Amino acid sequence: MSIFLNKDSKVIVQGITGGEGTKHTALMLKAGTQIVGGVNARKAGTKVVHGEVELPVFGTVAEAVAETGADVSIVFVPPAFTKDAVVEAIEAGVPLVVVITEGVPVQDSAEFWALAQSKVDADGNQVTRIIGPNCPGIITPGEALVGITPNNITQKGPIGLVSKSGTLTYQMMFELRDLGFSTAIGIGGDPVIGTTHIDALAAFEADPETLAIVMIGEIGGDAEERAAEYIKAHVTKPVVGYVAGFTAPEGKTMGHAGAIVSGSAGTAQAKKEALEAAGVKVGKTPSETATLLREVYAAL
Amino acid sequence: MDLFEYQARDMFEAHGVPVLAGIVAHTPEEARAAAEKIGGVTVVKAQVKVGGRGKAGGVKVAKNADEAFAYATDILGMDIKGHTVNTVMIAQGADIAEEFYFSVLLDRANRNYLAMCSVEGGVEIEVLAVERPEALARVAVDPAVGIDAAKADEIVAAAGFNAELAPKVAAVIIKLWDVFKNEDATLVEVNPLVRTGAGDIVALDGKVSIDENAEFRNPHHAALEDAAAADPLEAKAKAANLNYVKLDGEVGVIGNGAGLVMSTLDVVAYAGENHGNVKPANFLDIGGGASAEVMAAGLDVILNDPQVKSVFVNVFGGITACDAVAKGIVGALAELGSAANKPLVVRLDGNNVEEGRRILNEANHPLVTLAATMDEGADKAAELANAAK
Repeated sequence: MSIFLNKDSKVIVQGITGGEGTKHTALMLKAGTQIVGGVNARKAGTKVVHGEVELPVFGTVAEAVAETGADVSIVFVPPAFTKDAVVEAIEAGVPLVVVITEGVPVQDSAEFWALAQSKVDADGNQVTRIIGPNCPGIITPGEALVGITPNNITQKGPIGLVSKSGTLTYQMMFELRDLGFSTAIGIGGDPVIGTTHIDALAAFEADPETLAIVMIGEIGGDAEERAAEYIKAHVTKPVVGYVAGFTAPEGKTMGHAGAIVSGSAGTAQAKKEALEAAGVKVGKTPSETATLLREVYAAL
Repeated sequence: MDLFEYQARDMFEAHGVPVLAGIVAHTPEEARAAAEKIGGVTVVKAQVKVGGRGKAGGVKVAKNADEAFAYATDILGMDIKGHTVNTVMIAQGADIAEEFYFSVLLDRANRNYLAMCSVEGGVEIEVLAVERPEALARVAVDPAVGIDAAKADEIVAAAGFNAELAPKVAAVIIKLWDVFKNEDATLVEVNPLVRTGAGDIVALDGKVSIDENAEFRNPHHAALEDAAAADPLEAKAKAANLNYVKLDGEVGVIGNGAGLVMSTLDVVAYAGENHGNVKPANFLDIGGGASAEVMAAGLDVILNDPQVKSVFVNVFGGITACDAVAKGIVGALAELGSAANKPLVVRLDGNNVEEGRRILNEANHPLVTLAATMDEGADKAAELANAAK
């Protein structure tokens, strides 16, 4: 088992013919992902070739879904076109949309999120899950990769990982590569994101193959504090946390649009305290966090 | 990016929000000329991106142009909470009958927008929100719809405006929404929004934060940047398309990915506790593709910081494999030549790490030390910085 993504997921690539789309389509195929096609309105009807694999390019997401049965889309289009691409995927009812693009205007994210929220099925559940934007995507090691995470730094295992940061995710996957991961999700560091820490925690809690969870946060906002409350109330599996940015100065943006500290809210210290109050062990560094995870895992 | 009040005022005017005359001055003489042009009573307002300027003496009412000259002389060059006043705005004096409050901002937690409005403006809104929360109306705004006429009516009703004022204020709120939407703002705040003696609704002050990610569709935003405030190294890094923030420390830090670099700053600061309390000198994220050119540009910025005594390069080879990163470092050092004059500690991990380390070992550059882990690298870099202090 895994969360949100498995070996049966059928994936289309929006922006399959662009530079990033081309490079990462090849890497995702190599990781075993079932990529079934791509979308580019101007190149509809053509094919892209990756080794033995020939992938059809469709004019619209709806067409791609109808022809291939895709249930996942990954978005590699530039920021100016990202909103339209995501809106198209939502309108087509794609269950999972992973938005890799960095630099998406936050109003665009707020708008496509509002649209996603408005599309619900007969049971009232939101049809489309969004991961990102500005994220490394999701990997279920040994099964599928929908994102830009290096595929060969870890293996399948019992740890669930959710993180705001890309390279910090890789660092943690690498530290714990001997244990391995059920699924690792980079949710992105933007002020408005689709899937949150809480969504991932809930899914890992429900996933029988995930035995322990690592949660990585960073300065800015109060997502970690809210996750801490959720953990206290709903998560029975052990959770180990790490927060980057203890020494970050106030009022400076540290790369991620969300990573800015204003006043006392959103500091790493406040997040650490909130998590610890919820029974989460929090490491001071990535290596200490890995050690804490090993301890709780050994005690299971 | 936060704007100065005068930039917000100009933006308001461009979108039809009622404002009073306001002219920017950089010298007392310019202030006098501005006050003469506006005529009558003016207000000399320090332009700083920090609150509490009134209390700090940065806002003065001038009865005539000579007084405006005198106040501008006092205020220009003043330090307000660490911000030097380089600019004042000479604003037309207002006949204030009542003061209100309005803002619309991005609500991260709810992933939508929040409008806040009060008939009790002019006070510190944080204080009002805590002491009399019932006096501050909070209305959620759906990003897919925005503030239309119905939403504006809902906001003014929630704030408790009377029947005469409600439609006038609602009309101004719709204009302020235009500013928020069309300028890709994350915050538009007016405090105070006033009713003048003549019965007009006017935005007397303005705070606007704009989203730099949206600059591609707002090319005029580039000119709003405060070039005077930018650190010269930050400006240099920006020109090279590097994500750099100058900090106050001795250990230069280069890494790939914002989260990993933030984490590296923390690990360096912890290591510094054992080495004379040295601290990270900067945040520098060279992004995923750590090519020789990008690495050289990054090293160039960091080595030009006179405070830097050692450099810690912390790269996790993901998509970009470690051998490429190692080649980038060797190439950067060759390119920089004698300008590379401070010890470098390099930690590489991830894809193709053996080959990466082999390349660095083979190059055997006298300034470069290899570290096996992030913790070890941070410790070594802190030690070297402390030794060179």
